[in-house]
Amino acid sequence: MHIDWIYGLIGGAIIGIAGAIFLLFNARIMGASGIIGGLVDGSGKSDWQERAAMVAGLFIVPGIVALLMGGAQTNVTGNLVVLIAAGLLVGVGTRLANGCTSGHGVCGISRLSLRGIVATGFYIGAGGLSVVIFKHVLGVI
Amino acid sequence: MRVLVSFIVGATFGVGLLISGMTNTNKVQGWLDIFGAWDPTLAFVMGGAIVPMAIAWQLTKTRKPVFAESFPSPPDPKIGRNLVIGSTLFGAGWGLAGLCPGPAVASLSYGGIGGLTFMAAMLLGMLIAPRVRTRLDQMATAS
Repeated sequence: MHIDWIYGLIGGAIIGIAGAIFLLFNARIMGASGIIGGLVDGSGKSDWQERAAMVAGLFIVPGIVALLMGGAQTNVTGNLVVLIAAGLLVGVGTRLANGCTSGHGVCGISRLSLRGIVATGFYIGAGGLSVVIFKHVLGVI
Repeated sequence: MRVLVSFIVGATFGVGLLISGMTNTNKVQGWLDIFGAWDPTLAFVMGGAIVPMAIAWQLTKTRKPVFAESFPSPPDPKIGRNLVIGSTLFGAGWGLAGLCPGPAVASLSYGGIGGLTFMAAMLLGMLIAPRVRTRLDQMATAS
């Protein structure tokens, strides 16, 4: 448990390197919600192959690595109502805000984007409040 | 080549998410849970990711992209209503399930029925988001 932060740091650096490659090679910002959202609502039709390839890599390769590691735990709640509500909120929210943890968080903060910093402040604040309400007050998660 | 780079980026991003523990919802919710057993991991992940990314942004000032004409233009500094409303809604869902879009895709193959349910709802949310945006804009002009 006490070495989790080292894995966090190493994994984080790998995430940052991925974003750096995307920017320096393809001149694109590695925002998961924007890339997926563009495929879903049709706004990313012109470069759908690149988007689909990115999502394919993101889906396939961690699955293989997890398998080689002997499986990975997501500990996702079994409460489907909670998951549906959460998924809808994440889907609508990230598209309205034009970004999520990767786009606003990693890519935005690293270029000192005010929008990225403000967005991150709001989603972390709302996330913390959500855990307080749904875990400690209501006890549904 | 751009398509191949995109695949490699997605793969690398996903492996980073897996290694860092960010596809484990307990670690995400543990970080957000300041009144519980607080888990600092997410801060290390963010810090670890921001460093290479900041170096890359510096490099964009003097170089040209390898497979593109030019780098993305500087972001619009305007803090709009949608940015605040959207981020708040996103955060509420993020705390509720412990999943955000990147880890949701990365863990789809090992996240079971729960991961699939979240993904289906998230995609539906993304599909209706343009309509929500139009509605919010109408409300803003009406008031």
